[in-house]
Amino acid sequence: MKLVIVDTGCANISSVYFAFKRLGVEASISRDAKAIKAADKVLLPGVGTAHNAMAKLQQAELIDTLQHLQQPLLGICLGMQMLTAHSMEGDVACLNLIPSEVRPMQSAGLRLPHMGWNTLHSISNHPLLRGFSVTDYVYFVHSFAVAPDEYSLAQCHYGTDFAAVIGKDNVAGAQFHPERSGKTGARLLQNFLEWQL
Amino acid sequence: MLAKRLIPCLDVRDGKVVKGVQFRNHEIIGDIVPLAQRYAEAGADELVFYDITASSDGRVVDKSWVQRIAEVIDIPFCVAGGIKTVADAGKILEMGADKISINSPALLRPELINELNHSFGQQCVVIGIDSFFDVTSGQYQVYQFTGDESRTRKTQWLTRDWVSEVLSRGAGEIVLNCMNQDGVRQGYDIAQLKSIREVCSVPLIASGGAGTMQHFTDVFEKADVDGALAASVFHKGIIEIAELKAKLIADGISIRP
Repeated sequence: MKLVIVDTGCANISSVYFAFKRLGVEASISRDAKAIKAADKVLLPGVGTAHNAMAKLQQAELIDTLQHLQQPLLGICLGMQMLTAHSMEGDVACLNLIPSEVRPMQSAGLRLPHMGWNTLHSISNHPLLRGFSVTDYVYFVHSFAVAPDEYSLAQCHYGTDFAAVIGKDNVAGAQFHPERSGKTGARLLQNFLEWQL
Repeated sequence: MLAKRLIPCLDVRDGKVVKGVQFRNHEIIGDIVPLAQRYAEAGADELVFYDITASSDGRVVDKSWVQRIAEVIDIPFCVAGGIKTVADAGKILEMGADKISINSPALLRPELINELNHSFGQQCVVIGIDSFFDVTSGQYQVYQFTGDESRTRKTQWLTRDWVSEVLSRGAGEIVLNCMNQDGVRQGYDIAQLKSIREVCSVPLIASGGAGTMQHFTDVFEKADVDGALAASVFHKGIIEIAELKAKLIADGISIRP
């Protein structure tokens, strides 16, 4: 299993790397287009702002590479948001692998950022979500989100519903941090490792 | 539903977990990594590691333990103490911490909060505040350098004003340590936390005073805090996290089982 974590220069790369290591998989961290294309699975991490993260992908000339991957690609948190068409955080065009839009959270007066452990609902039977139930908690930290649409694989409620997991073809993303979501998070990463297209 | 967070705090000195009473007389509790792992497995929702010597010694502190924690822990954790610059914070986040918490350095140079927000995003930036109730003035006041008794001093800031200031500069979370209560296990400072809650639009974490399981119910019900931090009751085995969670759930508090 060749797993490549795209080196976005973001802060949670080592957490994601260690999370896979706990599952027995030694990932490589790379911004080399060749290495990314040759991987069995690609992971796009991300913490920070959409604008900065997209600028980093551009500098590394990785936009085209990521847009044309055939193997499973998983984005985490900001990495998930970068898979969409557009983010209102800094009004930036994203990778457009999933035609959704990232908007400021409408939390109906609840405090932002949405930070902490929350449950999922409307869980689809996508391979990434095998074994998930509505009683499982996962860890979120974000102020922007994707509204539920046809690409939502699971939703979360915080003031309003938003997409907790999205997917289309070989591409999927989690708004929460599986690397910091205990055993439930590890299950998502294990499902990703086992995901056959 | 978003769960209220239970946050064991591990005070760290020279790579060991220590605990004092009202910030004094520190005794060694144990090694960091096994303790951290034990708490994660017991159901802690998050961990805070507080390098209590760092801010007041002015020396370079070995933080390699941050990475050793990141390797084994699968819940979020925050590192506090001795982070004075964006570069300091960047190193700790790169080693795998999810958040960094700033206390005295933010009081010395408040612009640091803006810089950290800009570099790493609001969600990483926690501001720790040591607040002491001054009986003569009847006011809550912010203290500085609380890791070292000989240098601990009162600042010009009233606690409520400092909270508003750090929020305007982009803080993502506030940990309010009520010094009068710290380590004495007489309950959280509900009155103060309620008053700060009114001006705090980001997550607020209560710290200082936990002694019984009821204290946790009280602080969540009465002060509407997002999390409760505690040290000695967990380290000394006075409260087991699983038992505490069962009680909080029975009391109707939203908790991750």
